[in-house]
Amino acid sequence: MTKARDALIDPIFNNNPIALQVLGICSALAVTTKMEPALVMSAAVIGVTMSSNFFVSALRNQIPTNIRIIVQLTIIASLVIVVDQILKAYLFEISKQLSVFVGLIITNCIIMGRAEAYAMQNPPVMSLVDGIGNGLGYGAILMGTAFFRELFGSGSVYGMQVFALATEGGWYIPNGLMVLSPGAFFLIGFFIWALRAWKPGQVESER
Amino acid sequence: MQGSALYNLAFAAVICVVCAIFVSSSAVSLRDREAANRMLDMQGNVLMVAGLAAPDERVSAEDVTERFRPIRQVVIDLATGEPTDIEPDTFNQRLAEADPSSSNVAPPNDAGLTRIGHQALVYELRAPDESLELVVLPVRGLGLWGFLYGFIALDADLGTIRGLSFYEHKETPGLGGEVDNQRWRGLWDGRKAFDASGTPEIAVARGVAGSVSEDPHRVDALAGATMTSRGVTNLLRFWLGEQGFGPYFNRLRERTIR
Repeated sequence: MTKARDALIDPIFNNNPIALQVLGICSALAVTTKMEPALVMSAAVIGVTMSSNFFVSALRNQIPTNIRIIVQLTIIASLVIVVDQILKAYLFEISKQLSVFVGLIITNCIIMGRAEAYAMQNPPVMSLVDGIGNGLGYGAILMGTAFFRELFGSGSVYGMQVFALATEGGWYIPNGLMVLSPGAFFLIGFFIWALRAWKPGQVESER
Repeated sequence: MQGSALYNLAFAAVICVVCAIFVSSSAVSLRDREAANRMLDMQGNVLMVAGLAAPDERVSAEDVTERFRPIRQVVIDLATGEPTDIEPDTFNQRLAEADPSSSNVAPPNDAGLTRIGHQALVYELRAPDESLELVVLPVRGLGLWGFLYGFIALDADLGTIRGLSFYEHKETPGLGGEVDNQRWRGLWDGRKAFDASGTPEIAVARGVAGSVSEDPHRVDALAGATMTSRGVTNLLRFWLGEQGFGPYFNRLRERTIR
């Protein structure tokens, strides 16, 4: 069971897809202005990466090597379309906010990276766990970024006002940088810094 | 057997068929829910431009009927401006615009329109004494990536804009997508749609437009979204003009004089 636990926990701190492998940055910058859409986006990515890992792994002995990438992509694309439809049916407002970024999960390197690097070599259940773990790793960074961006950019936490905004007669002047994508870049940079200060093993060796 | 071209082809075919069935069955089973959500979103937009719902409010399905009470929905004939006896609930604007039996080829225009429906569904907000308070008109036109669909609300004087909102568009998030920005939408309230001769004069113009009293016909352009800004100007000028809702405005004016 320790192997399964490692597959689940490792990607969160030790081998985080965003912080260590620096994958999936595009959507991490785009959907993290507020916590609510970031949470839905994380859930969508967890859903896609766990099921794509599962199906790719289940078929791994049948998939012909020379067309494996396109087969993986077909599976991932189908899952993403279905997730997009589910969001439109049940969480319409948020799916409008996430706009193209749900569709762009298809091109998120984390999902294809895990399918190619893990699911093609490991049995389905372990691949499923690995998918959840990597989705959680992605989600953890997303939620952390969204927390700070929403707090300093809009003065709220998960839609609840904590800082009284100057525009509504309060004292807090929102930080415009946090609302824009570059704000997320700085935050993710800080996360990577903090993580590597805590776990120096993640620092790349200087050539 | 693995590795032969035939196996690869067969495998690819099977995967494609299985995925296609998976995607299409989910599309079919979720279609009704999605359509209901779109409808609700559109109605929420009507309420919002009419000032009957707060800009960031999510109107629930149960609430919509109640909120729509002061609004009279009328399907009008665009060419004459007269109301028709078509039931608003059964009227589907999109279908009517695409169907050759209920639409014409559009006259040359800058809004990117190829067909114009014979009818349009308009929303008239009436005071308890039946006098007109506000009209909400559907507008559409080409932006950068596709059509913008929205509503414009005009005051009873048929010249003062009360609100503009797009419920569906494909503009770039963060640039043209800022047509959804509440602050920008707020800039429209109070602007004048027409010049002294009655031609649509309203424009989304480059730079910062002044206050409503200094700059009644201009609204700030969206930064980094020239094509979207131009599209909004063009579509508004078309729909407010003679080929759009002009005849309807004339009819409303005649009625108030009488």
